[in-house]
Amino acid sequence: MAYALQQLINGISLGMIYGLIAVGYTMVYGIIGMINFAHGDIFMIGAFIALISIVMLVSGGIMEGPAAILIVLLVSMCVTSLYGWTVERIAYRPLRGSFRLAPLISAIGMSIVLQNYVQVAQGARVKPIEPLVPGGVTVMQAEAFVVQFSFMQMMIIAVTLAVLAVFTWLVTRTPLGRAMRACEQDRKMAGLLGIDTDRTISLTFVIGASLAAVAGTMYLLRYGVIDFYIGFLAGVKAFTAAVLGGIGSLPGAVLGGLLIGLIETFWSAYFSVQYKDVAAFSILAIVLIFMPTGLLGRAEVEKV
Amino acid sequence: MSGEVAAITMANRPAVAAAAMKDAAITALVAAGLFIPIVGLRTDVGADGALFVRQRWDDVAILVVLAFFGRLGLVTWRGLRGERRPASAARAEALRRAGTFVAPLLLGLAVALPFIPGTGRYELDLGILVLTYVMLGWGLNIVVGLAGLLDLGYVAFYAVGAYSYALLATTFGLSFWICLPLAGIMAAFWGILLGFPVLRLRGDYLAIVTLAFGEIIRVVLINWVSLTGGPNGITGIPRPTFFGLPFSMSGEPGTFAGFFGIEPSPVHRVIFLYYLILALALLTNWVSIRMRRQPLGRAWEAMREDEIACRSLGINIRNTKLTAFAIGAMFGGFAGAFFATRQGFISPESFTFIESAIILAIVVLGGMGSQIGIAIAAMVMIGGFEVFRDLDEYRMLVFGGVMVLIMVVRPRGLVGSRTPTVALGTRRAIGAEHVGQGRG
Repeated sequence: MAYALQQLINGISLGMIYGLIAVGYTMVYGIIGMINFAHGDIFMIGAFIALISIVMLVSGGIMEGPAAILIVLLVSMCVTSLYGWTVERIAYRPLRGSFRLAPLISAIGMSIVLQNYVQVAQGARVKPIEPLVPGGVTVMQAEAFVVQFSFMQMMIIAVTLAVLAVFTWLVTRTPLGRAMRACEQDRKMAGLLGIDTDRTISLTFVIGASLAAVAGTMYLLRYGVIDFYIGFLAGVKAFTAAVLGGIGSLPGAVLGGLLIGLIETFWSAYFSVQYKDVAAFSILAIVLIFMPTGLLGRAEVEKV
Repeated sequence: MSGEVAAITMANRPAVAAAAMKDAAITALVAAGLFIPIVGLRTDVGADGALFVRQRWDDVAILVVLAFFGRLGLVTWRGLRGERRPASAARAEALRRAGTFVAPLLLGLAVALPFIPGTGRYELDLGILVLTYVMLGWGLNIVVGLAGLLDLGYVAFYAVGAYSYALLATTFGLSFWICLPLAGIMAAFWGILLGFPVLRLRGDYLAIVTLAFGEIIRVVLINWVSLTGGPNGITGIPRPTFFGLPFSMSGEPGTFAGFFGIEPSPVHRVIFLYYLILALALLTNWVSIRMRRQPLGRAWEAMREDEIACRSLGINIRNTKLTAFAIGAMFGGFAGAFFATRQGFISPESFTFIESAIILAIVVLGGMGSQIGIAIAAMVMIGGFEVFRDLDEYRMLVFGGVMVLIMVVRPRGLVGSRTPTVALGTRRAIGAEHVGQGRG
C-alpha cells in the first residue's frame, strides 16, 4: 500500500512532464495536422537553457531559492519559444499546404539538426547539477517503508498545474485562443474571416515551445542530469501520450501524459525496469485497437 | 519578416533595398537570441565535478554575421529572380527524354562498377552500402509509396531479418542461401503481426504504432540476452560463400580462388557481396514493378488513392493492407540477412529509429513511388554522407540540414513525375501532385 502510494506520487510527477510536452504535440497536430518531430528536441533545448541559466545564476552565487527558479523558468521559456518559432519559420512554413509527408521528413531533419547542434555546441557529455530543491515531507510510514513526497515533486505538480491553468485560460478565453481554435476547425475559412493564420500558427509553436521549456526545466530539476539525447525518448513518450489521449484533444494530452507516466512507474516498480517502454507502447497499441482515435479523440467523419 | 519581397525593378530599388536590410537585421537579431545561450555559453564539467561556463563570443558573432548576410543574399536572390516561370512543354519533354536514359545508364554503371579501373575496396564498400539503402528504400516504397501506409518502424523488419539469419546460421549452421528465404519469411510474418493491430488506424495513429513497434523490437533485442546476446549482439556470423565455395586466401581446390584457378584475393568476397546486393535490390525493383501490373498491386494503389471507393468496389482492405506490410517487410528481411552476413556482427545499435527515419526520408526525398528517384535519393543521401566524412561531428548536422533543404525546395521529392499504372489511351508522365498520398 505504502509502496503503491509512493509510486503514485512518482508517476504523477513524471506524467505531468510528459503531459506538458504532449500538449505541444497535440496543439500543432490540431492546427496544421502534422507530427512535429522536432518537439522532443525543443524540450531538450529548454532543459539546456535552464541548465545554462542555473549555472550562471545559482552557481555564480547571484541568486538562489524560488526567485532563481522563477527566473530560470522564464529565461528558458523565452529562448525556447524563439527556437520553436524559428523551427516553424524555416522548416514548416514553406511546406504549408504541401503534401502530407513533406513536413514530416522536414521535421525529422530538423530534429537531427537540433540534436547535433546542441551536441556540437555544448558537448556530448552528460551535464550534472546539484539538486536545487532538497527535502520533502513524509506522507506515511508503514513498517520500514517511508513514503516521501519531496518538495521537488510538489513543485513540479504545482508549476505544471499553474502553467496548464494559464494555458487553458489562453485557449478558451482570449482572442488568440479563439483564433487558434478557429484555425484548427477550418484554416481556409478562418483566413477568409480575417484571422492571420500564419501568425496564429507561429504563436501556436511559440506556446508549445514554452510549455516544452517548462517541462525541460522540471525534467532537469527532477533528474539533475541531462544530455543532448534526452529529447528523443521524451518526445516519443509524449507523442505516445498525445495519441493515447486522442491527438488534437488538449485534456486528452494531459490525461495521456499522466497515464504513460503512471504505467511506466508502476511497471518499473512491480515488473521490470528494462521493459517499461515496451509496456507503455503495448498499452498504446491495445488502446488503439479498441479505440482507434484514442481516449478522448473525436472520431473523424469521412465525407465521400 | 514578411516572406514575400516584391520583384526588384529600377523604380523600387531603394525601397526594396531598405526592406531587405531591415529583414536581414531582424534575422540577425533572432540569430543572436538563438545562439547566445547555446553557443556563446558553453557548460563544461570542471575539475571539481561542478559545471562552469566558458564564454565564446567570437563564435556567436560569426554565426550572427552569417545569418545577416545569408538572409540578405536570399532576399536579394528572390527579388532578382522574380516570378518563377512555369516549365514549358518543350523543356518538360526534353527532361522526360533525358529521364529515359538515366535508369539504364545508372544500371549499367552499377553492373560495371567493380571492373572500372580505379575502383578499390573503399568504392565497393560504399557501393554496397548505397545499394543496401536503395533496396530498403524500394522495399519501404511498397508500403509507403504504393499502398500509402505510413510506416515509421521499417527498421524492425531489417532487424528481424538480420537476427533471423544470424541465429539460424550460428545455431543450426544453415547456409546463407537457405537462411535468406527464411529471414524473408520471418520478417513477412512480423509484418503481418504488426499489420493486424493497425488495420483500423489511420494516418498519424498508424505512424506512432509503427514507430512504437520498431522501438519494442529494439528494446526486446537489447534485453533478451539469452537469445540475442543483448547489447553485445551476435558475433561470428558465417561469411557468405560462393554457392558453397568459401572465399579463403589459402587457394586450395575447395575454395573460390582454387576452384576457378585464379589468384586468391580479398577483393573477391567484396565483389561477390556487391553483386549479391545488386541482385537483391534489382529483385525488389522487379517485384515492385511487376506487382503494380497485378491485381494486388493495383489494389494497393487504389487503396492509396481512395480507401472508401476501394472498399465500395469490393476490394478486401484487410488483405490488401496485410500483404503490403508483409511484402514490404520481406524485402526488409532480405536486406537484413545480407547486412548480417556482410558485417559478420550485429547488435541492436544498428537498428535505431534514425535508420527508419533515413529510409523513409530516402523514399520521400526520391519522390514517393518513383523507383529511379529512390535510387538517386539513396545515392545522394548515403553517398553524400560518406563523402563528407571529413566534417566529423558536423556531419549529422549537415545531413539533417540537407533533409530539410531538399524538402523545402522540392516538397514532392527529387523526381517530380510519375507514369500512371493504368491509363486510357497512351500512358503519359504526370506530375507527382496528381498521385494520392494515402491516408493510412
